[in-house]
Amino acid sequence: MAKTKDIIFDPLVDNNPITLQVLGICSALAVTSSVTTALIMSISVTLVTGFSSFFIASIRNFIPSSVRIIIQMVIIASLVIIVDQVLKAYAFNASKTLSVFVGLIITNCIVMGRAEGFAMKNPPITSFLDGLGNGAGYSLILIMLAIIRELLGAGKLMGFEIFKTVNNGGWYIPNGLLLLPPSAFFLIGLIIWAFRTWKPAQVETPVFKIRSSDGGNH
Amino acid sequence: MEQYLSLFVKAIFVENMALAFFLGMCTFLAVSKKIETAIGLGIAVIFIEMITVPANNLIYQYFLNVDALSWAGIYGTDLRFLGYISYIGVIAAIVQILEMILDKFLPVLYNALGIFLPLITVNCAILGASLFMVERDYNFTQSVVYGAGAGAGWALAIIAIAGIRDKLKYSDIPDGLQGLGIAFITTGLMALGFMSFSGIKL
Repeated sequence: MAKTKDIIFDPLVDNNPITLQVLGICSALAVTSSVTTALIMSISVTLVTGFSSFFIASIRNFIPSSVRIIIQMVIIASLVIIVDQVLKAYAFNASKTLSVFVGLIITNCIVMGRAEGFAMKNPPITSFLDGLGNGAGYSLILIMLAIIRELLGAGKLMGFEIFKTVNNGGWYIPNGLLLLPPSAFFLIGLIIWAFRTWKPAQVETPVFKIRSSDGGNH
Repeated sequence: MEQYLSLFVKAIFVENMALAFFLGMCTFLAVSKKIETAIGLGIAVIFIEMITVPANNLIYQYFLNVDALSWAGIYGTDLRFLGYISYIGVIAAIVQILEMILDKFLPVLYNALGIFLPLITVNCAILGASLFMVERDYNFTQSVVYGAGAGAGWALAIIAIAGIRDKLKYSDIPDGLQGLGIAFITTGLMALGFMSFSGIKL
């Protein structure tokens, strides 16, 4: 049982897909300006990662390795089509805001990365949990970003007013920069900094070391 | 003519794939440590975008769109829901074919681009360009121009960041920000810079 727990919780901080494996950033950044879209995106990605890992793991022994990428793509693309159709049917406005980013889940490196790196070697149930865990690690970062951006950028959370902004006769002057795309990069950079200060094992070694100024003979 | 030039410039600067839409970020951050590899990947992306976007445009116009099959005498079809699977299929197939053709006829180019070609199938910038092409209803010529522009913009961005990261090796960065962290912040600053292009019209 301990192993199952590791598979699910390891990707949250210790082996987070975004901050450590550099995967899945592509579609992550543009959808985090509001919490609602970030939540929908997180749920979609988590489900797609889980189920694609499950299906790929179930047929892993029948996939010839020369065409495996295309087979993985077909499975992932079919799942994304289902997600897209469900969103269009039940959450049309959200699917309009997400526009091409739902489709881009197909090329989200987390999905491919887990399929290729884990599901091809492990049984279905373990792969399913691994997929969910990595999806959750992705969701964690996405939702953290979205909360910071929407709260400080618009004074709202999920569309409800938290800080009354100046325009509406309140006191809060919203920081418009946080609603613009580049802020997501800064925030992820800072989140990585925070994670790595907490877990020093994740720090990358620099190519060149600065020589210390106390004599310098070492 | 002007319309195409404007579309091209817009695709490179104003709507830069990497810095305005964050597409292809995984490869953007992973392969930008050396300038030479960044240039190789950049050229490969331009090349593939120029082929896949028009190819997907034809697929969309003649197979998937509402009543697109009218040339075959079939009416009342709407296969747009098959879009994602067709576009990614086309991209994967073209990349595979291109890899084989280059291997056979242009070994020099193959050796230069070879290792990047498989990476490109899962580069969101490629699929993203096709999806934007469909969303914005480009015609065939526009899609060729848009593909070239989007690829060039992405190449420009990755080569620029590779240059910056090359210099960053010599700087004193706090431990936690080392590597990936500082790469994100640099990209953020570049994105801010590219925002100054927004609103430019030719």
